[in-house]
This record gives sequence, structure tokens and C-alpha cells, in this order.
Amino acid sequence: MRGLQTDQAGPRLDPGAGEKFRDELQRIGIDDSSASPTVFYLASGILWLLIGSFAGAVASFKLHLPEWLGNEATLTFGRLRPVHLNTVTYGWISLAGCGMIVWLMGRLCRTQIRWAGLLYLSALLWNLGLLLGSVLVLAGYDAGMEWLEFPLPAAALIAAAFVLFAVSMFRTFVARQVEHVYVSLWYILASMTWFPVLYVIANAGLYQGVGEAAMNWWYGHNAITVWFTPIGLAGAYYFIPKVIGRPIYSYYLGLLGFWSFALFYNWNGLHHLVGGPLPTWAISVSIVASLMMFVPVLAVAVNHHMTALGHLRIVSYSPTLRFVVFGAMSYTAVSFQGSLEATRTIQEVVHFTHYTIGHAHLGMYAFVSMILFGAIYYILPRLAKWEWPYPTLIKMHFWLSAVGVAIYFLALTIGGWVQGLELNTPSIPFVDVVRSTIPYLWARSIGGTLMTAGHCVFAYHCALIIYRAGPRRFAPAWFRRAEEAAAE
Amino acid sequence: MMFIRSFVFFVGVLATFALGWIGIVGLPDIMLAKVSPPPELQRYTDVQLYGRSIYIREGCLYCHSQQVRAEGFGSDQARFWGRPSVPADYLYDKPHLLGTMRTGPDLFNIGARQPSEDWHLLHLYEPRLVTPGSIMPPYPWLFRRQQSAGPGEKALQLPDSLSAAGTAVVPTKEAKALIAYLLSLNHTYPIRQEAAVDDTAKTKKSRTAP
Repeated sequence: MRGLQTDQAGPRLDPGAGEKFRDELQRIGIDDSSASPTVFYLASGILWLLIGSFAGAVASFKLHLPEWLGNEATLTFGRLRPVHLNTVTYGWISLAGCGMIVWLMGRLCRTQIRWAGLLYLSALLWNLGLLLGSVLVLAGYDAGMEWLEFPLPAAALIAAAFVLFAVSMFRTFVARQVEHVYVSLWYILASMTWFPVLYVIANAGLYQGVGEAAMNWWYGHNAITVWFTPIGLAGAYYFIPKVIGRPIYSYYLGLLGFWSFALFYNWNGLHHLVGGPLPTWAISVSIVASLMMFVPVLAVAVNHHMTALGHLRIVSYSPTLRFVVFGAMSYTAVSFQGSLEATRTIQEVVHFTHYTIGHAHLGMYAFVSMILFGAIYYILPRLAKWEWPYPTLIKMHFWLSAVGVAIYFLALTIGGWVQGLELNTPSIPFVDVVRSTIPYLWARSIGGTLMTAGHCVFAYHCALIIYRAGPRRFAPAWFRRAEEAAAE
Repeated sequence: MMFIRSFVFFVGVLATFALGWIGIVGLPDIMLAKVSPPPELQRYTDVQLYGRSIYIREGCLYCHSQQVRAEGFGSDQARFWGRPSVPADYLYDKPHLLGTMRTGPDLFNIGARQPSEDWHLLHLYEPRLVTPGSIMPPYPWLFRRQQSAGPGEKALQLPDSLSAAGTAVVPTKEAKALIAYLLSLNHTYPIRQEAAVDDTAKTKKSRTAP
């Protein structure tokens, strides 16, 4: 509704008008400084989303139709799966996340982006690293550890790209024109400190045997801790208050949430090895840390949901808020699930099953990706100076993604649980356990196909707005008519 | 003032990260450095290592684990997948291949459970020939089609539906190496307690003892 008022207010004079006008001009100047690198990052992120979705969808079908494309070495399940994981995490989420961060950085530091030249180089190197890594994995040069499949040359390109990105962002932060450092910035600054160190340690090959397994899952979970989750939380902390038009519910909860997150989340990794050949105490420490995650998650959940409370009607017409609130709710859900899932009782059933994959998609997709979609729906019109041409396409994208991931998650959660119970019943032959998972794998493929279709709609719409194509609209692309929304 | 606050922020951020790294990677790794290899554990031969690289290349680890859990935790023991694995079993493994999924069965002792090279050849060429209902992908690119098996080569014994007259399917050296690696996965030797640093087996036994 604020948006509508600014649209209609136009030349009406009020005492603060001059200052508001100056603010608006300054904001446009800041957005312009971040526009090109942001669009470069976002557009390449969306491209990798398409590539990663197709790799994932094909891999998903191959899991229950093993003869399909069975003669193609490069398209075998064991090569497509890592390509899917790496392109959607280091491609889509990372690049789109960088795009969102560059734009947020200008807004939150209220200054123009510094050393933007580094950002172009960074985006270029990052894309080259992804391309090289994906081609090498398909060609058979998988480096062998989950989440670290890209061989060293590709990983080195990505590490260099990240450092260039971080340098420009820190330079901008130092030049900030505001006293107050907003919560989103804490997460962004922390992630830019953590991730390069983590990524370099993980790729350095320091460990062997079981020690390497510990490092592998410390890395696997910490990549989520120090990079993917901060992207999602920085977005949620910015866009929920922004779209609703009121400040975040509690600064102190934000503080508690951030530091307890930093303290506990870094210890979670070994819950991926429960029951494995590691010192029991180390795994127990990770389980305890996973349970302690209730503290930051509750703090963040209360903060976000109390901010949105009483304004949830905006969700029905703001595309950004609909995606971001969906993401924020998924964050609460996936974190609670994750804490419980880490306990030995649940791990005894679900470890080694498809249940874990369902959980991963609740986090990386229903949480982080949905928030990124919402962020992009907010950012691109402001950079392209062109409204989204077809609100119907946004609605289609939302429902394809939301229903798709719901089917995906339910199928693998139920299917994985059944699989785990059957695996733990030694009288059931192994191949019968495999057979009983097949209906759930089919359902997962259907969910994944819907999500992929949603991404095609989304990518098409993004291409339109970047090229300022389609019908020109002069009001924001709300889901309902402006008059209806105003009447409320 | 602003500078001090930023400084405290970044020190705090790095400290939380470093503590986690030391706690769940560094300390276990230091403890594990004291583990000595069981005398029966062989180093991989060159052929086995080559096979291991093919295991990685084809992404076998996305569906097969190489770790066995103790009695009282899952049904690994009841399914006869072997004694619980301990850190000493993995001393020569790089990269580690512990795995996180059991879309297919655990392979920690596949060499003992299924020692037949012929079975593995057929299984890699077309898994459903030997395991109806399997969803494992076929790996025909590890095999060669030619008119007949050459000297020293062994053609696969395929059913009529998969064989054409005048052609023989023979394994490449990649298939042979992969099978050599699979057959080397045999950890049936006993483990003395001192080789297991506070391993799960010990804890579990005390928990499930009557």
C-alpha cells in the first residue's frame, strides 16, 4: 500500500518533500552503481539454475528408470547427481546470492559500490569455474568427496572469484555512509569472512581416511552454515520489514540469533556420520550442537514472524513477500527438522535413506531458493527500471515451485522413513527395500519436474525484464488489481 | 569506537569458526593419528587404485556406503555386512569413500560377500541380469563389443535377449580394475580393541549388554 501511495503522490507538496526527493535520487544513484554487476551475477545464477534443474530432473528419473539413456557414460546417475548439486549450490544459489548481496550492500551502506571492476572479473571467473568443474565431472574427473566434487582447477577459480567479490564488498562496507549496521549486514559480512577460509581448507587436501570424512562433513554442513543460510537470512531480514514497511520486531533477538547461530552452527557437521567409524564423543558434540540450534532458529523465527504478524494480507498481493515468507517459514521448519533428525534415535532410521535428500531440499530450495526468488522479484524492476510484464507468470512460478517442492519433500520424507524402517528389518531382503522406494522416487521426479517447469517460467520472465520486453506497466506487478488491494 | 566494534565482530566471527574446526575436525584427527594399521590390512595395488578411481568417476558412492554400524544401531549386523568398521580400516583411503546413502547395499565387505569376478562383470554390464529389481545403472562403456573374444579374453555369458550372433562382449581394463577394487573390499580380519579409538562398537556393547 505504501507503494501505491508513492505512485499516486507524485507532485503533491508536503514539508518533507524535498528531503524525500533527495533520498529517492540518492537511492537511484546507489542502485545504478550496483546494477550491472548485480544483473551479471543474477542472470548467470538463473542460467545455472536451469542447467542444474535439468541435471537434477534427469538424474531423478534415471534413479527409477535405470535403463533410460543407460548407454551414455556422461549422463550416468553418478555423474549427473554431483553436477546437479554443484551447479545449483555453487552456481544458482551462490551467484544469485552474490547478486542480491551486491545490491543489498549498496542499499544498507547507503553508498555506491566500490571497486565494481572486481565484481565483473569475479562473476566471470566464477562462471568459468562452474563450467570447467561441471564438464570435468561429466567427463569423469570427479574429485571424490560430496560437496567437493569439482577438481582443483575449477575449485581454485571459484575461490579466487569469491575473494574478488569479498574484497569489493568489504571496500564498500568501509566506505559506508550510515552509523547503523543492519542485521542483514552481519550475516553478509560474516559469510564473506567464513566461506573463503572454509572453501580453501576443504580443497587443500589436508586429511586422510576417517579424518578426511570428518573434514568432508564439517565442510558439507558448514558450507550451509557460513554461506547458503546467511544468504537466505540476510534476504529475509531485509525484505520482510522492507515490503511490510515496518522495522524488524526486535534488534536484541537479532543479536541473540546471530551469535548463537555462529557459535552452534559451526559444530554441526558430524551428525552426518552418526553410527560411523569416528570417535563417539565427536559425533555426540555435533548432535548436541544440532539441538542447540533451537536457540538461534527460535530467535530468528520469532523475529521474522512477529514482524510479519498482522500484515500477512500483503502476502496475497506482494510477489516478493509471498516468496520470502514461504522461505522464512521453511527455514523454521527445516531447522526444527534438522535438530531432531540429528539425534541418534531418528538417525538410526533415516541415515542412508532418501529422507536426508528431502531435508536438504527443504533447506536449499524451500528456504534459500524461495527467498532468492523473492529478492529477485524485488530487485530486478528497480535495476531494469521496468516492471514485471506478466504478474500471472510470477503466480505460475510460485505455485509450480511451492507445489513441486511440497510433493518432493513429502515423497522423500515418507519414502525415506519407510525405506529406513525396512532397512532396519533384516527379514526384508535388500532388493525388496529398493522396490518399495520406487513409487516415492516417481513422486519425487514429478515434484522435481514441476519445480523445473517453474524455473523455465521464471527464467523467461527474467529475460523479458532484463531486456525491457513485454507490455510496459506503470505500477508494481501486484498479484491483484491495485484497486482491490487499496480497498482493503 | 566504530573500529573497535568492527574488530570485535570479526574476531568473534573467526573465533566461532575456528573453534568448530578445531573441535570436530582437528581433535578427532589428532586422536586418529595414533591409530596403527591392522597387520592384515593391505595397501591398494596399482590396479586396485585405478579401479578405485573408476568407482569415484562413476559416482558409486552416491548409492553405496562403505561403513558398517554396530549391533544395536540399524540392522547392519543382522544383514551380515561385517563387523563394525573402525578408523584403522580406512588408513589408506584418500579420498575417503564412507558414503551417506544406501540406495544400494553397503560395500565394506563386498569382496568377501561376493567374490565371483564373473558375477561382478555381469552385474556391471547389466545389473538386472543378476539382481532382478535392482535400480543400479548399467555400465556398458566399461565393456567392448567385438567379433569374438581374443586370446586371454573372456566374453560375458549373456542371455539370448542381450547377445547378438557374431559379437562378444568383453570387459575393458577399466571393468577389470573396478572389480579388482571391489574384491579388495574385504575387512573380515579381527580388530583388537586398541586399534579402535573409543569406537562405536564398544559404546554400543555396554549399552545393549544385559
